[in-house]
Amino acid sequence: MARKSLVLLSLLVLVIGVQLATSMTSTQYYLTQLTMSAYYAIVVIGLSVLMGYAGQISIGHAGFFAIGGYLSAALTTHNLIQFQESGVVKLLSSLGMIVTGQDLYGEELLVFVPWAACIVAIITAGVIAFVLGIPVLKLKGHYLAMATLGFGIIIYRIALASEYFGEADGISEVPGFTIFPALGDIGPVVVSGDFSGRVQNYYIAWCMLIIGLILLQNLINSRVGRALRSIHGSEEAAEAMGVNTARYKLYVFVLSAVYAAIAGVFLTHYNGGIGPSEASVMKSVRYVALVAVGGMANLWGVLIMGVSLTFLSLRGVFGSYDDAIFGVILIMIMLFAPEGILSIKLKGLFFRKNIRAKQEA
Amino acid sequence: MTSDLFFQFLFAGITYGIMYGIVAIGFNIIYNTTGIINFAQGEFVMLGGMLSISLLTVLPLPLAIAGAVLITMLIGALIEIVFIRWLESPSVLRLIIITIGISILIRELALHIWGESVRSLPYFYGNEITSIELGGVRISPQVLWVLGVCSIVVAALSVFFKVTPLGREMRACSANRKAAILCGINTRNMVTFSFMLSAGIGALAGCVMSPITYTQYDSGTALAIKGFTVAILGGLGNSIGAVAAGLLLGCLEAFSVSVVPLAFQDAISIAILLVILFVKPHGIFGSSEAARLKEF
Amino acid sequence: MLELSSLQKNFGGLKAVDDVSFQVAKGTIKAVIGPNGAGKTTLFNCIAGNLAPTSGSIFFQNQEIKGKKPHQIAALGISRTFQNINLFHGMTALENVMVGRHIRSTSGFLAGMFSLPKSWKEEKKIQQRSVELLDILDLSKFAHVEATSLAFGQQRGVELARALATDPSLLLLDEPAAGLNIYETAEVARLITKIRDMGITVLLVEHDMSLVMDISDEIVVLSFGSKIAEDIPSAIQQNSEVIKIYLGEDEEAMA
Ligand SMILES: Nc1ncnc2c1ncn2[C@@H]1O[C@H](COP(=O)(O)OP(=O)(O)O)[C@@H](O)[C@H]1O
Ligand SMILES: [Mg+2]
Repeated sequence: MARKSLVLLSLLVLVIGVQLATSMTSTQYYLTQLTMSAYYAIVVIGLSVLMGYAGQISIGHAGFFAIGGYLSAALTTHNLIQFQESGVVKLLSSLGMIVTGQDLYGEELLVFVPWAACIVAIITAGVIAFVLGIPVLKLKGHYLAMATLGFGIIIYRIALASEYFGEADGISEVPGFTIFPALGDIGPVVVSGDFSGRVQNYYIAWCMLIIGLILLQNLINSRVGRALRSIHGSEEAAEAMGVNTARYKLYVFVLSAVYAAIAGVFLTHYNGGIGPSEASVMKSVRYVALVAVGGMANLWGVLIMGVSLTFLSLRGVFGSYDDAIFGVILIMIMLFAPEGILSIKLKGLFFRKNIRAKQEA
Repeated sequence: MTSDLFFQFLFAGITYGIMYGIVAIGFNIIYNTTGIINFAQGEFVMLGGMLSISLLTVLPLPLAIAGAVLITMLIGALIEIVFIRWLESPSVLRLIIITIGISILIRELALHIWGESVRSLPYFYGNEITSIELGGVRISPQVLWVLGVCSIVVAALSVFFKVTPLGREMRACSANRKAAILCGINTRNMVTFSFMLSAGIGALAGCVMSPITYTQYDSGTALAIKGFTVAILGGLGNSIGAVAAGLLLGCLEAFSVSVVPLAFQDAISIAILLVILFVKPHGIFGSSEAARLKEF
Repeated sequence: MLELSSLQKNFGGLKAVDDVSFQVAKGTIKAVIGPNGAGKTTLFNCIAGNLAPTSGSIFFQNQEIKGKKPHQIAALGISRTFQNINLFHGMTALENVMVGRHIRSTSGFLAGMFSLPKSWKEEKKIQQRSVELLDILDLSKFAHVEATSLAFGQQRGVELARALATDPSLLLLDEPAAGLNIYETAEVARLITKIRDMGITVLLVEHDMSLVMDISDEIVVLSFGSKIAEDIPSAIQQNSEVIKIYLGEDEEAMA
């Protein structure tokens, strides 16, 4: 327990340290990619619990990310003024979920507030994961892989082909997401790509990631987490021990989808837009690759590799070989180190007790 | 719907359908000998098309196609030797991820060699607007080429598996690997050979289809998933079932155009895949008992 | 306690279990014996819910359990071990046993994620009970070793501890002595009796006659899916049909 808090604390110190270092060296532009990397890492740690701990592959998580991002973007940008008189819109505005405003050209605008849009988007992603998961998670191996891949492609096609989601251009001019309004002297907390909010957004993203990590870590160290790992270990035996494997797989699928959707919502508001490439198969594969390099069932490894590789990729280090690099990583890891490249060292750090016990035995 | 339009849709359906069937057979060949679903199957089709288009600049059409098929077969063999052969009892998850990685590598390689442009082979006979009359219906001669070549491939394969010693050994290998090893069959080489065969068939399909469907560096993924749909629909491992299911999916797709926008066409066939996986994962032509004996 | 009537399971044309009926009385050890392929494991899988019987019925504590999922059957108090050891790989022996406590605890996803007091209090109890069980089976020194890396006999022990952790009222043991030497087999026999004395009813599958003769209260003999005898051990030993089957098998083995 103490060790765990220590590791978390050092991560916190590192996060703050990096921010201070960038401000001292006037390299704050790094913060932008670090913020984005943190959001992508949220998808990846969620997927790690699904793949690494519960043993269920998904090659469609970009789909959930896109559901979150696109819905939030569409709801906060599409003008509902023509439905002004409809009962639903009136009801929603009386609940404060829809507000009026003005667009860039001074036209009257009737849109969802980001909070409402965010909740709708995340719930929608969760519900879709639930409905999809009931039949899909009965499948195993190749079948599950293909089914989730198929789901991802459907979302991609829908994003690409619907006018509502902006077709090939996607949706832009998505407003900032005010998490807390200004209170007295304390300014508002807004997720947006505004130049002035760069430091604030860096901290928002990393807070989200760290909270997400702590929750998942608690989960895998709990009764439910043990049940999930047992499903990975032997589904038949888990079921014989009274684990409702179908339900647990479904819940963890929904959980990971919700993580992806949350990341999608926040990153979209941060970037001020979203495009169909976020829903592409390549993105889903990339998430799988990051989980694989991180060591599948190793939240810290997945987080470290997720953040660092995504950061490098966003900085353009891989150039036009970006996708190819992830393909190579995927193959190399699976060929030579299916436990992930960090596994050996990190295992020594976290499971020293087990190893000692093994030596005694 | 006029009968003219009906036949147009029907022929489009058959043309695409038989290609899906061929891709599915490619899946089946590798699945039967190894239990692996090769996620890079669609890339073989793309490679066939791209290579033949490039070779056409220096070679006449038949030779360009032959060359493309041979090179793709070599690539198939190479993939097996470099990435698969030496793994000791790898898990399904590992194999899935490896073949996905391979498909990405091939696609990215294609992107760097051929760029993003859409290419195609010329029509084997005549051009886009040439058509011949067949029983009152006008169809493109390329459709006949596709049907002819694909039928020959299917027929040749079934003869190969039934009659030739190599084909029989491959079947023995798929029926029971351990027993095959005991009988002195080199199952490793069989696996390499199944990758070659599968790659070659995919490439050939890619060549004959190229004038109609065009070829682009990333056209493999959609093909792979449709081929997989068809392979499942026909019962995994069952090649005749695959062709039948291919024709079914092709026609469904073709006729759906009159109801659903073209952009959603892929989504439809994938939705069909999902429904089949949920309802009847052993395929409409496969038996459930036989499916249960296979390891998923 | 457990009552099977006219239970039937077909695999295609093969009748793996053919019209089998018998009862298991509370607090007894009942053994199912029969040559390899007689349908013993299939019978177990039907009871535990892993296979759906073709026809017939299974009553457990006067409740029809046919058609229930394995986890529901486990919750009712039937636990099992597997013929081919089926431990959770990647988990320690202790964690394996702790999974056995799953059904007797309740913390869910949210309690786990937010580490609510309820969750970690329960966790402590689970761990305590699991350590206790490992102690009983003399395996506590392997508690933190990955279960699948243990020696064969120890793995069987962990599996048994895991099954006991569910607090079963009926325990199904599928060939608990398979692959063990005679000393280990004797130890298993002692353990099974001890489990019975703890008040747990045991239904035991064995291929090997000698183990069951000593410890079981009653024996059912299966051959090619059908029940051919059911009696107390001493009577089974005298049963000419049973002797014929086992002799026939020996002859085959010699041939
Ligand atoms: N899943 C299955 N599918 C088809 N046949 C099976 C299956 N499981 C067992 N069998 C067959 O049923 C018969 C009984 O097997 P089993 O119950 O394992 O016997 P035992 O445990 O008595 O040795 C055997 O002939 C076996 O081949
Ligand atoms: Mg058995």
